Amino acid sequence: MVTFFEWFGDLGIFCGRLARSAFVPPCEARELVRQLDEIGTKSLPLVALAGAATGAVLTLELRDSLTVFGAKSLLPAVIIFSIVKESGPIITGLVVSGRVAAGIGAELGSMKVTEQIDAIEVSAVNPYKFLAATRVLACVLMLPLLTLAADFCGILVGWVTDTLVQPISLRLFLENGLKNVNFNDFLPPTFKTAVFGLIIGLVGCFQGMRTQGGTEGVGRSATNSVVLCSLFIILADVLLVRLIQVFFP
Amino acid sequence: MGESERIGRPIVIKALHKSFGDQTVLNGIDLAVERGETLAILGRSGTGKSVLLKLIIGLQEPDSGSIRVHGQEITGLALNELNEVRKKVGFLFQYAALYDSLTVEENVAFPLKRHAALSAGEQKERVRELLSSVGMEQHWEKMPSKISGGMQKRVGLARALALEPDILLFDEPTAGLDPITAREIGELILGLQEQRKRACIMVTHDMLNAKTVSDRLALMGGGDILAEGTFKDLQESHNEFVAQFLSNAF
Repeated sequence: MVTFFEWFGDLGIFCGRLARSAFVPPCEARELVRQLDEIGTKSLPLVALAGAATGAVLTLELRDSLTVFGAKSLLPAVIIFSIVKESGPIITGLVVSGRVAAGIGAELGSMKVTEQIDAIEVSAVNPYKFLAATRVLACVLMLPLLTLAADFCGILVGWVTDTLVQPISLRLFLENGLKNVNFNDFLPPTFKTAVFGLIIGLVGCFQGMRTQGGTEGVGRSATNSVVLCSLFIILADVLLVRLIQVFFP
Repeated sequence: MGESERIGRPIVIKALHKSFGDQTVLNGIDLAVERGETLAILGRSGTGKSVLLKLIIGLQEPDSGSIRVHGQEITGLALNELNEVRKKVGFLFQYAALYDSLTVEENVAFPLKRHAALSAGEQKERVRELLSSVGMEQHWEKMPSKISGGMQKRVGLARALALEPDILLFDEPTAGLDPITAREIGELILGLQEQRKRACIMVTHDMLNAKTVSDRLALMGGGDILAEGTFKDLQESHNEFVAQFLSNAF
């Protein structure tokens, strides 16, 4: 129990240091761009594939279920609603947490045990700003964009799967699917992934920068980063869905 | 303020204490280094030698005691003030601690980009100068993982020299190197001292290197300085631990 509260206390101190350093010049633009590429561009194929698989599976499962209830015509709408409102964001969050949180945890952990973080400090550069703030900001910025990619691939592959069974034009599929979708159905669920990005960035950096104990410690940091990020993303999703329902009815 | 501080000793340490849990690592260390002097700190593993260096550069906070760098007390300094002190101190880490994701050139340029008011061209020229001074000008494009341990130490040294510090701290500069490369690193440090008189502290297990490079040696044990002086002074010491340490070192 003490360790549990100690962990949250340390995370609070870490967030405080990060917040203090993030808004002080100079701007680490080059490192931020590198991280946007590392976290965003390099996660894109994985996210797109996960989105596509989700679209295919949803279509296959829902087609039979809706046929049973005589509501097959609702298939495009159910697929699009389901992907845009929940599947796309949560799949993106979990896939990116697996790839990026582990990567950040392992990279910063390795830098910690090989004294590279100390070397940054000795060079009179704040590692919280240079290493952590850039990664957290990149995660926050890239998650909504990756979610859009997952949504796009999910809907497209959902249509392909549907049309293989019963041919339907993309235009008709989208018209049927998007008929009742408004901005409140689309924007809040997409932007809630910025919170997932914040969780991935913060937990990954925090676990990495507190690594102790050589290569074993690096492995532990990477694993803990993924496990904790996934857990917090799922918990945050519950809270965020309820908040979206309240504020964007 | 004592006489020595008034004439400007770059590093003055007084009654320094540091513990980790129940384990006392430094138990009231007093130490001072003159300008142009190289002090080698020797001792068995785990006696707090590296901790002492990390306290001097502000990577760790002492439990009590005083550390003055260029007359400025660094314990309890705010981060931005501490960073101003750090710019005047070069630090060579035990395994060089080069940034994996940056090339040799970018590693050396790292402190210059942030703290030196140089144009891109001047910066490049300065990096080449620094790499040339450690014999690494041919390897500027390589990643740290593609060069040997000795080469990494040289690049680490070039990076430590980037901001032209008045103080240099070396943490085991010859650890993990073969005797020939270790001697080359020692000669490099000597050469740097001849070019510009800096205050240097070198933590090492390499007695031969310490004897060659340093002006003064301090032997640590039990959280304290057990003996201090020239190599000859240590040889003549009647302290049993000092005699044992020296006899085992060669």
